[in-house]
Amino acid sequence: MTSETSALPGTAPAEAGDVLLQVDNLVKYFPVGTSRPFQKRDYVHAVDGVSLTVRRGQTFGVVGETGCGKSTLARCIARLYDITSGRITFDGRDISQISQRRMRPLRREIQMIFQDPIGSLNPRRRVGSIIGDPYAIHDLASGAERKRLVQELMERVGLNPEHYNRFPAEFSGGQRQRIGVARALAFQPKLIICDEPVSALDVSIQAQVINLLADLQAEFGLTYIFIAHDLSVVRYVSTSVAVMYLGKITEIAPADELFTRPRHPYTGALLSAVPIPDPDLSDRREQIILVGDVPSPIAPPSGCRFHPRCPKAVPVCVAEDPPLEPRLGDGPEHLAACHRPMEAGENLAEFRPAIDEAERIVEADGSLLPDEALPGVTGAVGGQEGRTS
Amino acid sequence: MTLLEVEDLHVSFNTADGIVQAVRGVSYQIDAGQTLGIVGESGSGKSVSTQTITGLTRGAKISGRALFEGQDLLTASPDQMRGIRGAKIGMIFQDPLSSLHPYYRVGWQIIEMIRLHDHEMSKVQAKQRAVELLGLVGIPQPERRVDDYPHQFSGGMRQRAMIAMAMALNPALLIADEPTTALDVTVQAQVLRVIRRMQELFGTAVILITHDLGVIAEVADEVLVMYGGKVMERANRRTLFFASHHPYTEGLLQSMPAYGGERERLRPIAGQPPSLLAPPPGCPFAPRCVYVMDRCRQEDPPLDPAGEEPGHLSACWLPHNAADRDAIRRRVAHVELARSAGPTEA
Repeated sequence: MTSETSALPGTAPAEAGDVLLQVDNLVKYFPVGTSRPFQKRDYVHAVDGVSLTVRRGQTFGVVGETGCGKSTLARCIARLYDITSGRITFDGRDISQISQRRMRPLRREIQMIFQDPIGSLNPRRRVGSIIGDPYAIHDLASGAERKRLVQELMERVGLNPEHYNRFPAEFSGGQRQRIGVARALAFQPKLIICDEPVSALDVSIQAQVINLLADLQAEFGLTYIFIAHDLSVVRYVSTSVAVMYLGKITEIAPADELFTRPRHPYTGALLSAVPIPDPDLSDRREQIILVGDVPSPIAPPSGCRFHPRCPKAVPVCVAEDPPLEPRLGDGPEHLAACHRPMEAGENLAEFRPAIDEAERIVEADGSLLPDEALPGVTGAVGGQEGRTS
Repeated sequence: MTLLEVEDLHVSFNTADGIVQAVRGVSYQIDAGQTLGIVGESGSGKSVSTQTITGLTRGAKISGRALFEGQDLLTASPDQMRGIRGAKIGMIFQDPLSSLHPYYRVGWQIIEMIRLHDHEMSKVQAKQRAVELLGLVGIPQPERRVDDYPHQFSGGMRQRAMIAMAMALNPALLIADEPTTALDVTVQAQVLRVIRRMQELFGTAVILITHDLGVIAEVADEVLVMYGGKVMERANRRTLFFASHHPYTEGLLQSMPAYGGERERLRPIAGQPPSLLAPPPGCPFAPRCVYVMDRCRQEDPPLDPAGEEPGHLSACWLPHNAADRDAIRRRVAHVELARSAGPTEA
């Protein structure tokens, strides 16, 4: 039986599947530069109108490239940032505007695990005291009682409880991430936000931590928001996945559906860029290589934000921001923000954008030069002659 | 034709904690125009082994041989090395921002690189070549961007600029040390394509160091798997993925979520990588290996031919013919299954 003396939460709540977290039209802008009188200030549109629903017991994956706003989204949900506008409803309570002081008791219920297990642990403090921090801050246990609880946690996440008095530097990367997990688990959180929890780890250690997170979820009925840029890991752990691009969600779907039947061309391009650890598969598939870089989030493109790089772009993509809704007869769980969603089995490489050059990122990706142009260039760059030293 | 032949390379560092034996007897060779992938986890010695060849491991104790176009790079003088590094062996690293000098224009840095090795070339010619190179690696409007500073480039563009610089003198060998690790997948795909294209264009041999087996599957011809400062297995790409011999390779492949397959529980390799401070005798992988035998803990297995494929080498005491090895694997898998299935009696 669990009681208040146990560090570990009880069994999964019976009513799994109800909504734990509801985010509506969340916006977070960061000001850039210094403010000057009579001048309009620029803002980074880090998160720009994101809505999502996370159900109890679920693992909700968020993928996207650097700068797409996935970490900002996580920090807004945990209320580490004040939000610009929108609404966050957690477990039936609106937490979008409450003060940091009133947020404090709620922090027991929303915890985070960070990417960098070294940077998120104070090097000068002992592991036992780091993991015991939550108890100290919330004044719940002290002395021998706290030590017992911490050691119980350490054992649960696969650390040796006798290492209670060691420093973080004495642990390996995987073990440090376990310390982070133990700390997040100290109170029985309802939601754990994992921000790139395994991307700093080696493959074999990565698998250990993923298995640990899965075990803890099964045991305690935890809900995860799992942020990562490694798509195969996200597919493996998540029940549903949201894809973000430039501060917006472009597509949300159950994990397997997203990976087998993507609707948004960005999802399609992202999936095709993932290196497959199987030589035959990777030889057979045709990669869609996006041209150029992600545009600046300070002045994001009009309409669909992906239109400057999208092979299927048409004028309506420049003019209108497509709503996130079911496309091509998909169920209510599969939403895409796209005017020209992909059919199943469609080959993106066959499409050419039908919009003005001015609206596109067209500039020579040299690697996409026509092949016949290359020999001449080789000569110009200098062949073997005149180079032998 | 063998371009680079490394024989029995040992590298150790004197540290405050003792002598770290980072590389312990690594041998490999790479042919002209070939792509050799070196895969391994942190601390496996994959970077140190290539940095040593180019003379970038200062203060290390080095033994062995590294013949490049007939010359031993390990005994070459600093002057000779300066002529080879950059001109004949190009290098790109994981973090393109720290590889570029923040105070100088990107074009200037490429020009300096060219003129350092080619004294006949005028500044104007060198700049023209820099523009061409930037265009080749896919920098938009190269004639304008050549005058940009590194901070004005995105991560992917910086790595492209590094490739342009590394290829500026048409080296015979390009060493790419985790070139895409810091990049997003779509940018990674762009950069890998650029490397491949440059390789086709110039016939360069590439040593690609990575921890990502997906990247290996995509670009490598031959693969070297390193662990604990030693080579565990060498095989061509398909053999490595479909008929690997070494248990470490097997463990690595199983640790990854299957692409599109069933969501089975991941099978990580238990335990931690070994410390290279005072490595125990025997196979470095023995403490984590499921097939471990007594012999593995005492004797170091040599890198011997394995399986039917010529050129497939494995440093493991397991039988090197497929039938015997598979029999052992099945037996161990059976025991493992029974152990994980439920409470054991014994």
